[in-house]
Amino acid sequence: MAIAEQQTPPQVAQGSSDKSWHGIVLQTLKRNEISLIPYVPDRVLTPLIKNLHADPYFTTFATAREEEAVGIVSGAWMGGRKAAVLMQTSGFATLANVLASLAVPYQIPLIMFVSERGTLGEFNYGQSLVCRTMRPVLDSLALEHHTITRLDELEFIADRSIKQAVTTQAPVALILNPLLTGGKTFDK
Amino acid sequence: MNTRNTKVMNRFDVTSRLIAKLKHQEAVVGGIGNTNFDLWAAGHRPQNFYMLGSMGLAFPIALGVALAQPDRRVFALEGDGSLLMQLGALSTIAALKPNNLIMIVMDNGIYQITGAQPTPAANVADIVAIATGSGLANSTWAADEEDFERLVDEAMSASGPSLIAVRIDDKPGVGATRRDPVQIRERFMHGLGVRQPL
Repeated sequence: MAIAEQQTPPQVAQGSSDKSWHGIVLQTLKRNEISLIPYVPDRVLTPLIKNLHADPYFTTFATAREEEAVGIVSGAWMGGRKAAVLMQTSGFATLANVLASLAVPYQIPLIMFVSERGTLGEFNYGQSLVCRTMRPVLDSLALEHHTITRLDELEFIADRSIKQAVTTQAPVALILNPLLTGGKTFDK
Repeated sequence: MNTRNTKVMNRFDVTSRLIAKLKHQEAVVGGIGNTNFDLWAAGHRPQNFYMLGSMGLAFPIALGVALAQPDRRVFALEGDGSLLMQLGALSTIAALKPNNLIMIVMDNGIYQITGAQPTPAANVADIVAIATGSGLANSTWAADEEDFERLVDEAMSASGPSLIAVRIDDKPGVGATRRDPVQIRERFMHGLGVRQPL
């Protein structure tokens, strides 16, 4: 995609990892000066989390709950530092209260990366059910969200969505679909 | 430390004593309900942030501010009931060790604002022991008002995060924060020097 190529950062690519989904996410975060990354871990997110920890540009750390991470990101934004939260679908399901009482009414550009579980080969019935609550919650608050399925669209969607969140002071959820990440399957 | 050795203080009085000590545009995050009502009543400052929901997130929000502005001291005022909602945040803060974050817990053992029901922790748990066990070594009960002020002074020059627990009475908050979240957030950002007004 031409636009994506024009926006490729000047940093030298680290092997093939920069063309992986997690390499693109990391570079897009950096290009948008998002340096604080609280997360609740997820198997699929592991390579991204590992590379964020390894890169001194980022302050990357685990929180006990996803809403705690949303609080941290909100405080950081008000203090002038950009941040993003990483989580799994089931973690998003714990966020309705903090979205409706903090991020939305205070107009916080809360950037969420959600690793999507519960679809396309889910083996845990509970995960498949909790996944079905995610988009209705996002839609009920009229929150911007995109489900990313293709590697060639990832940079465009992530970069544009982050910029839109910041300039419109509104949350965004970027849902990383198994078609993009490979997801988690029973034999893994 | 045993809470039986501590004086029962008043939230508004303790909050006013804290605010009177702030001379360097320190940030103060007030938790949901009475903690931010009394922060408001103690006199609005541009560096105050008032929560209107998201119970339990005063410390995480303050942590975010502290990580964004490491040269500014950041205080957070939280109730015991709110803290019980988010005990994991204490370990997150202990792991990150921000030396500019000072947490104050107003402990009356009740959900005052909803009808003064006792919290599950009221007669069985010790907030300072929980904080210490979560990795926050510098956690202390304030014995009385003078001790509270001394602990605040100590915390201002501490080399790691501090937690001060205050046993308080069952009185409601004195004021009522203006519930205007966008203006609260915008004024706070002005107060922190992040933005200028239009």
